[in-house]
Amino acid sequence: MEQQTFLADKIRTQEYFLNMGPQHPATHGVMRMVLKLDGEIIRNIDPVLGYIHRSIEKMCEHDNYKQIIHLTDRLDYLSAHMNNEAVALLVEKASGIEVSDRIKVIRTMMSELTRIASHTLWWGVMGMDTGALTTFMYAFRDRELINDIMEETCGARLTMNYSVIGGVRYDLHENFVKRVKDFIVHFKKKLPEYDRLLSDNVIFRKRTEGIGYITKEEAIAFGLNGPTGRASGFACDIRKLKPYSAYDRVEFQEVMATEGDAFARYKVRILEMWESLRILEQLVDQIPEGEHRVKTKAVIKLPVGEYLQRVETARGDFGVYVISDGGSSPYRLKFRSPGFANLHGLNKMSIGYKIADLIVNFSTIDVVVPDMDR
Amino acid sequence: MMNLTIISEWLSHYIAAEVAFYAELIVIAVIYLSVFALLGLFLVWLERRVAGFFQLRLGPNRVGPMGLFQTLADALKLVSKELTGTSKADKFLYKLAPYFVIITALMAIAVLPFSGELQAFDVNIGLFFISSVSSISVIGIFLAGWASNNKYSLIGGMRTGIQMISYELSVGMVVVTMATLAGTLQLSELVALQKDGWFIFTGHVPAFIAFAIFIIAGTAESNRTPFDLVEAESELGAGYHTEYSGMNFAYYFLAEFVNMFIISAVAVVIFFGGWLSPFGITDNIPYVGVFWFLFKTMAVVFLMMWFRWTFPRLRIDQLLTLEWKYLIPINMVNIVLMALLVWLGLTF
Repeated sequence: MEQQTFLADKIRTQEYFLNMGPQHPATHGVMRMVLKLDGEIIRNIDPVLGYIHRSIEKMCEHDNYKQIIHLTDRLDYLSAHMNNEAVALLVEKASGIEVSDRIKVIRTMMSELTRIASHTLWWGVMGMDTGALTTFMYAFRDRELINDIMEETCGARLTMNYSVIGGVRYDLHENFVKRVKDFIVHFKKKLPEYDRLLSDNVIFRKRTEGIGYITKEEAIAFGLNGPTGRASGFACDIRKLKPYSAYDRVEFQEVMATEGDAFARYKVRILEMWESLRILEQLVDQIPEGEHRVKTKAVIKLPVGEYLQRVETARGDFGVYVISDGGSSPYRLKFRSPGFANLHGLNKMSIGYKIADLIVNFSTIDVVVPDMDR
Repeated sequence: MMNLTIISEWLSHYIAAEVAFYAELIVIAVIYLSVFALLGLFLVWLERRVAGFFQLRLGPNRVGPMGLFQTLADALKLVSKELTGTSKADKFLYKLAPYFVIITALMAIAVLPFSGELQAFDVNIGLFFISSVSSISVIGIFLAGWASNNKYSLIGGMRTGIQMISYELSVGMVVVTMATLAGTLQLSELVALQKDGWFIFTGHVPAFIAFAIFIIAGTAESNRTPFDLVEAESELGAGYHTEYSGMNFAYYFLAEFVNMFIISAVAVVIFFGGWLSPFGITDNIPYVGVFWFLFKTMAVVFLMMWFRWTFPRLRIDQLLTLEWKYLIPINMVNIVLMALLVWLGLTF
């Protein structure tokens, strides 16, 4: 029988490399990805880190515990308060410092405000990455209010340095309660607007649904955490698993989805903002009276041993692991950053899809590059 | 017709008639170039103001009244900038590419009927002329993508090839639909035929469908969101014009806005009665048509800007699905429908 030849068999295509980043609008900072492409289809992704490496972990070995907190702001700068809190909680736990209820509630509220601020920013950038530029400005409108609250109480808008060992740096500003209440009212009206503008948009749905699929087993295997993991049905909320601060006394739902695609990750974050509002609502009227800061020794020395504290940042499970030799600074300190773990899933999510889908996936794992690259 | 023949009549008293004729052409060309440049600058300003309006901010508001001279200042900056390029680029094609885009945009603008009196070039195949001329601009974008020797530019260029050629079909078919109704391709005649009712009303449902398709395909033709895959900022940096700077970049930038204007102007001519005023209130006054023409065109331009600042971007395969699986079949049925309507005399 005569061999039939098709024209398509004669056309030879060649895979090629595309260097995406470190200066690229969609890499959220200075991340570099070496893509292997077949036309527009992604065959392999090689993330290259190191462009914003500041050796923070090594620096921590030379600083005392009070100083370390200031460095943690610069990890995941959008979850600055949660990072501060993690170190503060760890040192308090290790050296047996008891903090009052007021401190716990303040920390929880600040964490949730930070989470909303981080998620709104993510939402804005998510829209931008899919091509809808207006979302960014809408997100900044609402985020601005949180920044104002932060500014009044902490004196800073982004890197707050608010948690210190044994409490918080300043007492709450007198306007705090009123402002938070105003914000809750405002944001409850604006969140449905987010849905109308982006979530319900047919183009956006087409761009995100069924893209970047990752199963629960794969999510666990890759160590995905935070909203990224929960979108695949992996219950990994540290606030539920190992409650810290005031999370054991508030009622909230661990937002979960089972689809595991880009839209599920999007949906989880949107719903998480509603849950954060719920937590804020419960706490805002019940801030206990008391000291905002416990007196601690000038130089804190941890007993010899290993310590671990996990908190749930906006991106997921943030861990601080300290080996102490009894000195005033850690012998070894390791940050377990949620973004770095989530990045492992990117290859699995994006291979076989197109460049545009990679951007969407990259956006839905909500990367902050200084968090991955310390 | 544009009564600029007075120029050649006046000049022919002093110089030879042939020379006067060419002098007149040059004068008209200079006028059009200035109109073109001003239009581009105005549209860039409008886009920024509209973007500001949609994005809860002000937009340019410092240079001149309401920031009107901001784009002029930016243009001056671009003119004075160094023209950079990649060392391994194909120099000749790299420098040639922007002119394809800018010249085709200029050519298309020549046939637009700004009013009953103001039209430089009233050719009897006006609509066909516009669609054929504007399809040449693909070459400019394609060349830019290829000659820049940059992978991002190349992907942008490839996407353009796919996108513009596909959507050219839809635009062409809409033109055919409306030509079926009107029975002419000449722009001035098209407008004159709408004296008793704009085609979007006289053409019943098919005209509405045609308008919807035209605005979608037109947005895609001018490479604007949700069809801006060509220069998809978050994916490709700046797409095909990544490696262009200074005036070369400005040509692309300007051409994009002028193309948007042309698409809107064509929409106004074939659907909304061109320079005719509503209910003929000012039709007898000469040159007032310019106001109505620009007013209607700006309304359509605003619609396209509205799209841009609201919608996310489509993916390349979705873009092609939309065109080949939806728009073209609908379009084909629509043409038959329109032909039936005209044949049965059911139009108003």
